[in-house]
Amino acid sequence: MTAIAPGTHVEAHATGSHPAHPPTNTGISNEKLAMWAFLGSECLLFGALISTYFLYRGRSLVGPTPKQIYDIPYTSVSSFVLLMSSLTMVLALAAIQRGDQRRLRIWLLATALLGMTFIGGQVYEFTSFVREGLTLKTNLFGSSFFVLTGFHGAHVTLGIVMLLSLANLSARGKIPQEKSEIVEIAGLYWHFVDIVWIVIFTVVYLIPSPGLHVH
Amino acid sequence: MATVLEPPALAPPPPAPESVVSPFRRPRTTEGFWGWITTIDHKRIGILYGVTAFFFFLVGGFEALLIRVQLAQPNGTLLSADAYNQVFTMHGTTMVFLVIMPLSVAFGNFMIPLMIGARDVAFPRLNAFSYWTFLFGGIFLYSSFVLGGAPNGGWFGYAPNTSVTGFLPGRGIDFWILGLLILGIASTVGAANLVVTTLNMRAPGMDLFRMPIFVWMSLISQMLTLFAMPVITVALFLMLFDRFFGSAFFDPSRGGDPVLWQHLFWLFGHPEVYILVLPAMGIVSEILPVFSRKPLFGYPVMVFSGIAIGFIGWGVWVHHMFAVGLGPVAVSAFSLTTMFIAVPTGVKIFNWLGTMMKGSLKFTTPMLWAVGFIAMFTIGGLSGVTHSLSPSDRQQTDTYYVVAHFHYVLFGGSIFALFGATYYWFPKIFGRMLDERLGKWHFWVTFIGFNLTFGPMHILGLEGMPRRIYTYDKSLGLAFWNMVATIGAFTIAIAVLIFLYNVYRTVREAVPAPQDPWDARTIEWTLPSPVPVYNFAEIPTVHSLDEFWHQKYTEDEEGRLVKLAEQPPPAVDLGPDHGIHLPSPSYWPLVASFGLPVIAYGIVYGRGSGASYVVSVIGALILLGGLYGWAFEPGTEPEVHEPDHAEAIPALVGAGASTAGELEAGDATAAGGSGEGSGSGEAPGDTASDEEGDQ
Repeated sequence: MTAIAPGTHVEAHATGSHPAHPPTNTGISNEKLAMWAFLGSECLLFGALISTYFLYRGRSLVGPTPKQIYDIPYTSVSSFVLLMSSLTMVLALAAIQRGDQRRLRIWLLATALLGMTFIGGQVYEFTSFVREGLTLKTNLFGSSFFVLTGFHGAHVTLGIVMLLSLANLSARGKIPQEKSEIVEIAGLYWHFVDIVWIVIFTVVYLIPSPGLHVH
Repeated sequence: MATVLEPPALAPPPPAPESVVSPFRRPRTTEGFWGWITTIDHKRIGILYGVTAFFFFLVGGFEALLIRVQLAQPNGTLLSADAYNQVFTMHGTTMVFLVIMPLSVAFGNFMIPLMIGARDVAFPRLNAFSYWTFLFGGIFLYSSFVLGGAPNGGWFGYAPNTSVTGFLPGRGIDFWILGLLILGIASTVGAANLVVTTLNMRAPGMDLFRMPIFVWMSLISQMLTLFAMPVITVALFLMLFDRFFGSAFFDPSRGGDPVLWQHLFWLFGHPEVYILVLPAMGIVSEILPVFSRKPLFGYPVMVFSGIAIGFIGWGVWVHHMFAVGLGPVAVSAFSLTTMFIAVPTGVKIFNWLGTMMKGSLKFTTPMLWAVGFIAMFTIGGLSGVTHSLSPSDRQQTDTYYVVAHFHYVLFGGSIFALFGATYYWFPKIFGRMLDERLGKWHFWVTFIGFNLTFGPMHILGLEGMPRRIYTYDKSLGLAFWNMVATIGAFTIAIAVLIFLYNVYRTVREAVPAPQDPWDARTIEWTLPSPVPVYNFAEIPTVHSLDEFWHQKYTEDEEGRLVKLAEQPPPAVDLGPDHGIHLPSPSYWPLVASFGLPVIAYGIVYGRGSGASYVVSVIGALILLGGLYGWAFEPGTEPEVHEPDHAEAIPALVGAGASTAGELEAGDATAAGGSGEGSGSGEAPGDTASDEEGDQ
């Protein structure tokens, strides 16, 4: 009566402790599919934030305006740093797929370090903007700039926590080669956050902004 | 029922147990109070969702009665203007976020794995996290009543009334913002879980187009949740920054645009309407074929019209804003899209009628609710079409006509279907039949009360009675229909009491329900009533839509229904020694979700003094700690290879927890021992070790 037909045990274990070999209908593991679903949801989050920023371009009643305050070469450098972190992330995944724990940790830490450099740059940028008289309260530009880029920065920070946790797991021998997918899933998130930054950098910094709102 | 297995006697010596740094011993019991607190069984979580949401239904209903008493006569004095604002805001917020959404999720949670042939959802612990977050969000929202006043800006929270603190200075709106953010986390996480479950966990042969229609409609609804929730999250964050940190998003005096709030809110809000009604449509599409003894008419068309609703639902939000003054182009475009979305909805109504046509109809209680749904939802749909005509809508905006409209679709629609689902699936969920005679009373009293309440609101609206007014003068001539509506509301309250009595009697009399009381069509009815913890003793292989029906019936040459000579064997209950390896219960989802209201309380009081942000930091640490504990805990305790694992973990804190754990460890040994001796087929222990061996 308790006989379990061959092939059914995999279904029973779909929720279990071996996510590396997903017996799923789509062929994508539950964890990875959930990450895709989450990233789809995140698209709408950033979509709404970027739309808000775009809507309020040139609608501030008082300065400072973007033109007066942006240091585009500086932000370009920190953007480059963030984009390079996607490369190191790919190298980290390639390392664990070969089973190379040491290089996995090196590249994970390199990715985290590049991310932290970007966040450090953002903190410096925020403080220098505040020194020049732009805060969340100053005008619509300040409100929408700080909230949009701040949300992105929070996402990068969360990503750094994930990367450091993975490096820690690897050091404790908890990421065997066959569980490399966990690195891949963290990588999906990391690349997504990078891609969003490309859109933000373009919309916020590169597209020239009109000046103040004229009544 | 123990999900814990005694290891086989000849297990290899366990590897040295590693030191797990955890304040909790892994919960082992699935019984009693702690069994429910730590449960990650989708069925129990479904029941928790359902019971909690029904409790909030009673609370929201009580608020509705307060509103109706206040408006029963001209110049009502029961509620002050301010109290009235709080009551109608909380009534709307409660019914949308704490009743209909979680009730749909309750049935989704319970039924989707059973209907697709799975043993649980994709992420059982995440499922528990969703529930606890929902519960804490609801409690947080309602705690505002005793902490200085409930939200009072309407469930739609229009800026700048809500965003400029000078207009609504109390903490009510702060509670509203943060409460909805917490509930948003609960529903987004839950949606991702159910979407992954539906796409990934189907039994062999359960193709997408063999899925029961309720699973399809829930899938679409959960996808809408996944994509709509972030939009209101952003809107709420912008408002939070406006109220707490002085940003200018919705402040017209600094160039901010309050219409942006309306766009963001309704860009969430209109898909939300379909989030609320699509599962209800799915339920009705399950009930009608069973009691018409015919397949659902045009199953693929029903699926595609659901998908069409899911897509077009994103393109109609401006019809909530026709009176804002967005110009003729926008208004015309959204008038058209609003008319378009009536088409797939109309298709569904005709398909339901087609399902019933020439069927041998059996008007059981679930069937009454389903047919009531069609009638009431059609009325609500037709008044909706009148809103799509913008000149007519300009007359109806902000009148009781709109109130009538959305109660016909959300109460006459969603709630009717959810009551139908309760009667339909109660035997499967609880193993008892609800009383049919009382059920019919429940339906008819609700039906009459509902139409008495909301029918007259069409007239009141067309006579010009505005929404959200706390009283009106006698000279306006609105008294008669208001009194009728109030009588109707109390009639509904009596119907709810009949339902409660029905449940009470069913629980007390304890007449066990048969496995398949309705002669139903879908595979959840192949399981025992109530469903055992492992769901399927053997994962089924699915050969067709309405799998269970085709196991029982076929058609002769003239298309008549013929019962097959060989009927499917009765459901197998393996008992407590089922030998099926299941995910283990956990405290961590509860711990992690508890961090969220703590963070939120810190923020709410942060507007008065920055020091309270310390509380938020503590909350964040609780959340983070919970997530870490969760991440480092295996989804399923590996009992077979590490039999001493549990004993090796020291119980550091939590007296109640460790007591429960120890008791359960004893139970497990006893249960496993008897299992060894029972010798029915394969010993359970062998089955489990085979499974592990295959990995």
